[in-house]
Amino acid sequence: MGCFLTNSSLGRKLVMSISGCFLVLFLLFHMAMNVVALISAEGYNMICGFLGANWYALVGTAVLALGVLVHFVYAFILTWQNRKARGNVRYAVTVTEKGVDWASKNMLVLGIIVLLGLLLHLTHFWSKMMLVELMGQHTNDLGLAPTDGAALIQYTFSKWYNVVLYLVWFAALWFHLNHGVWSMFQTAGFANATWLPRLKCIAKLISSLIFLGFAAVVVVFYVRSLCGCCGGCC
Amino acid sequence: MNFTLKIWRQRDAHSKGEFKEYKVTDISSDTSFLEMLDILNNDLVHKGEEPVAFDHDCREGICGMCSLHINGHAHGPSQAVTTCQIYMRQFADGATITIEPWRSAAFPVIRDLVVNRNAYDQILQAGGYVSVRTNSVPDGNAIPIPQADAEESMDAAACVGCGACAATCKNGSAMLFVAARVSSLAKLPQGRVEGARRAKAMVAKMDELGFGNCTNTGACQAECPKGISIAHIARLNREFLAAKLAD
Repeated sequence: MGCFLTNSSLGRKLVMSISGCFLVLFLLFHMAMNVVALISAEGYNMICGFLGANWYALVGTAVLALGVLVHFVYAFILTWQNRKARGNVRYAVTVTEKGVDWASKNMLVLGIIVLLGLLLHLTHFWSKMMLVELMGQHTNDLGLAPTDGAALIQYTFSKWYNVVLYLVWFAALWFHLNHGVWSMFQTAGFANATWLPRLKCIAKLISSLIFLGFAAVVVVFYVRSLCGCCGGCC
Repeated sequence: MNFTLKIWRQRDAHSKGEFKEYKVTDISSDTSFLEMLDILNNDLVHKGEEPVAFDHDCREGICGMCSLHINGHAHGPSQAVTTCQIYMRQFADGATITIEPWRSAAFPVIRDLVVNRNAYDQILQAGGYVSVRTNSVPDGNAIPIPQADAEESMDAAACVGCGACAATCKNGSAMLFVAARVSSLAKLPQGRVEGARRAKAMVAKMDELGFGNCTNTGACQAECPKGISIAHIARLNREFLAAKLAD
């Protein structure tokens, strides 16, 4: 078994599929968690406290990091093999084939943008929350408590360039998931002529839900920062 | 009609190839693409030049032997037909047409537009057949097969193994070809018996020959002259994974 997951093309794709599925589930959870910040800062901070430097949150973070690592390492291995299989001489004339999504041909580029966005996100949030707790400190370099996630969101998205960077990141994620979600079912064999269009529709719904959930938090907190003069009425 | 042709010329597998431009004039709009190349070759022979080598056989859209990449499309601009079914009326008068051989590491160029597609034969030899005893032809309906299964099997069996899928795929993957072969047999009782062995053997050979990994772009399905669906790839994935998990 371990052999076919590394030695066979279909096995390697299955690893991509399962690790991708795990990451999509995490994104749905993270998006739902973020949306709480729109409703109640206290509620969001309660979740942040629950997911602080506790053993279960640390295990979860480690498993998540492993999932990201496996997904990316396999993506690079598969891409390297695919380039080799394509050969050195490329077509002089290329076209986009009918019905082929742009995202499906640019998954690695989109994935790299997602990874860069993740690194930025870890710098903005993880390093100022869980890492601060792990280091035994009570405040981060912004002078905020590591469990005060709502204040950190407010600070981060009061800056327009962060809003732009995060929206670009979410857009790349939308394109990536638009292909990735149905593709993971196809790779695992859970598709047929009837279900292929349905799965593509489900993929659009899930990717749009994730995009809108994340983007709403960024945009709303930016707008709130702009109208701070209204006394927080919005 | 008059055309400018940009054709890939390559002496053999070891030589460096390049594009050469040719003019063809007074071509009837009802001339097929391969007939147009015949006319060009006739002119070249009369001029004492080497004719352009290209693959062809039945010229009836059946065999899939013709294998040209025309203006960025495997088998030319039309959907679900082979190169031999392309007619010059489908191009604008005075157009420049770029003709290339299949580009895939597993299909090395033999000469000009001819590539070696022996890799597909090797995959078939690995398991694309029924080796159990099926005896003589049974009476009609002696083996009940649901209509939907028979149709799906026949849809997959329409694959002619032309190589357009791997040639089109940005990953050089042969998954659509292997999926069609596995699927056409897996949907019938005679082929079902060896389904697990077949899927494992054909995928192993495909990997050994250096074909790429499928990323589900669907480009193969769009360019396949027989309209084979990528739903068959899902079945191949199912067959292979179930066989491996049962090991």
